[in-house]
Amino acid sequence: MLYFSKLRIISVIVFTIIFSYFAISNFVKFDDKFFSKNINLGLDLQGGSYLLLEIDNRPVITQKLQAKIIELKRYFKEKQITLKNFSLKGDTISFETTDNEIENVINILNDKESDVNTYYPTYKSHEFDVLEDGNLFSLNYSRYGLVLLKNSSLDQAIEIVRRRVDEVGTNEPNILKRGNDRILVELPGLDDPNRIKSLLGKTANLTFQFISQNNEESFGTEKLSFEDGSRDAIVSKRIILSGDNLVDAKPTMNSQTNETVVSFSLDRVGAKKFGKATSTGVGKQLAIVLDGKIISAPSVREPIIGGSGQISGDFTFQSATDLALLLRSGALPAPLNIIEERTVGPDLGQDSIDAGILSLFIGFLLVILFMIYKYRAFGLIANLALVSNLFLLIGILTLFEATLTLPGIAGIILTVGMAVDANVLIFERIKEETKNEKNPIIAFDAGYTKSRTTILDANITTLIAAFILFFMGSGPVKGFSVTLGVGILTTLFSVYFIARLLTSFYVVKNKDKEQLL
Amino acid sequence: MRVISFNKFYRKFNILSLILIVISLVFLIFKGLNYGVDFKGGTLIELRTTDKTNNISLIRDSFNQMNLGDVSVKKFGNETDFIVKFEKQNSNDPEFIQNIKNKLSSSIGDVDFRRVENVGPKVSSELLKSGIIAISLSLAAMLLYIWIRFEWQFSLGAILAIFHDVIITLGIFSIFSLEINLSIVAAVLTIVGYSMNDTVVIFDRVRENLRKYSDIKIFDLTNISINETLSRTIITSVTTLLALFSIYLFGGEILKGFSLAMILGVIFGTYSSIYIANPILVALNVSQRTIVKEEKD
Repeated sequence: MLYFSKLRIISVIVFTIIFSYFAISNFVKFDDKFFSKNINLGLDLQGGSYLLLEIDNRPVITQKLQAKIIELKRYFKEKQITLKNFSLKGDTISFETTDNEIENVINILNDKESDVNTYYPTYKSHEFDVLEDGNLFSLNYSRYGLVLLKNSSLDQAIEIVRRRVDEVGTNEPNILKRGNDRILVELPGLDDPNRIKSLLGKTANLTFQFISQNNEESFGTEKLSFEDGSRDAIVSKRIILSGDNLVDAKPTMNSQTNETVVSFSLDRVGAKKFGKATSTGVGKQLAIVLDGKIISAPSVREPIIGGSGQISGDFTFQSATDLALLLRSGALPAPLNIIEERTVGPDLGQDSIDAGILSLFIGFLLVILFMIYKYRAFGLIANLALVSNLFLLIGILTLFEATLTLPGIAGIILTVGMAVDANVLIFERIKEETKNEKNPIIAFDAGYTKSRTTILDANITTLIAAFILFFMGSGPVKGFSVTLGVGILTTLFSVYFIARLLTSFYVVKNKDKEQLL
Repeated sequence: MRVISFNKFYRKFNILSLILIVISLVFLIFKGLNYGVDFKGGTLIELRTTDKTNNISLIRDSFNQMNLGDVSVKKFGNETDFIVKFEKQNSNDPEFIQNIKNKLSSSIGDVDFRRVENVGPKVSSELLKSGIIAISLSLAAMLLYIWIRFEWQFSLGAILAIFHDVIITLGIFSIFSLEINLSIVAAVLTIVGYSMNDTVVIFDRVRENLRKYSDIKIFDLTNISINETLSRTIITSVTTLLALFSIYLFGGEILKGFSLAMILGVIFGTYSSIYIANPILVALNVSQRTIVKEEKD
């Protein structure tokens, strides 16, 4: 066990030096690109915001079901099959048909080539589950239909979230999917997430609808309230124009009234629609509705045909900027709720780093002194192994650009405390062996061999704990499991290669001494 | 080397452990754990005031006026730092935190929110569930590992030792109403690993000695094994505790609970690998035949 080939010695040294170099590159700036990697600091250390958003898909489902009813009606009408008594209760569409059409309707709905109930061969499932009871049919989203719906609404939402966050211009945001209805937003360095939170909290569904004068609109009417809550208005359900037709929006100053407004421009389709509606509606009030609230309802004085316009409504410059941003980035498919928020201010992060480094330093020093006191020369060897262990650990974390969190630092300190265990096991074993074995080289060899299974057992158990933490934990705790796990591997390396190499040098050189350990 | 008769006290310490476990369980069942916002949901704010005359009751009063449910205020390290926790969390109102800050500034002067954690009820129950799963999984994985590596008598001893450590550590958290959050779960898992580590080292030696001496009874054999590994047990506990105390004392307020749980775990883990794991081998009457039979298979 004490014999090392030249090749092995060299590879151990080279390996250690390379990783130490990575470790040092965190603190010293090197010129070359390859080596100047850095450990990522977790949000708890560099400060920043962690937001977990959940999509509320209920409105999307209702919307899609309503659209489905219209589609079904149209489709079967073309096929000249009579369906009647359509209704939507909860998430179930139901309708009736005549007795002699039952067979026909079933065939159409369960056909794998069906146009109205799409079949997904990959999932072996239709979009809707069809239940029939006599001539009464009911349609529900199938499991996969619902999954697909959620996924597509998540994909849309994440795109919009990304645009909004990018528009605010934060430093390297991290936006990720979580499951099929959650979005994780990490915003490093942001100490006040209020603006982003309020931007993400808005669906930003913009519509232009006429305020109805008589209550007999062919499209029906709805009662909406003004955003400031001052009053209500009856608005036609007919949507003249929606936010989809906007190509740009920006806050500007209206030179006549001297107030801040949001001016927008429309795409060609939008411009045409808007022009047509405003020319027929001169004199009417046009309500600008955002997420079900009327922002303002100016009277149409003349047809607006240029494809651009302004939204006024008691804006401050900030609120106009935010509205313009929301309109530019588009509407979310469904409302988002913030279900978890963790924000750490940058000065607390720095305090945590300072405290972490201080305690690492003190813990390290105490362990080193203790080992020298206990084992003298071999304590020094164990300490050298410990130092290189620390460099290796930080080096590997750097190489893989792992995220270091506060519990992660605690994991490093804990590694320092536990790393000496393997060397202690070996040294204690060697001490026992030297009682019966006079030849130190044989005694040392036996010490290494006999302690090996114990060391492996002991470390594997901790590694199991680290693995489970990694897969079950989140955020900071995950950082802990990474340092703990990598720490075990570097510990084994430093013990079996570095410490053993040093031990073998020392023992071979001093083999004639009376008591080595 | 002087031999300490650990085995003389097996019975006494077993009774002590049993009492501690019963007390812990009584507290865990009737008083329960003091879950932090991670597991209970709600809002946590770490704030720093600029005005040094602000005290806990003043801050509590200002929060109580805001109608936020149960409010708890605690000093956090510095004289100007406080941790405020309350039940309410409002995911639908993005201005929620900002409003609190504004109201607070008008009643107690400028405040800096150094840390805000806001966890909804759905997320907190998921976190609790995954924490429990993580701990159960790691116990199961340890059991499996030790089962593969040792005979069942040893696995039983090791697992009971781990349960002992985890129950008593959690019991102490319950008795002193210390907060249980995500990092405590990480600490408990590490305790599980550490305690296992410690037990495995002694068990490895017991097994080795079982092969070596056929005439020594397990009662004395465990004592020999404990003594042979004693200096390692002490040195490793000392270095680990040195590191942990360093985190506890200098690592900042956030890591206090985590390092305390670990310190307790290491102390009980070391104790249990001597006084729980070994007496179980004795009680199960482990002998040379136990391991020889296994090896013939």
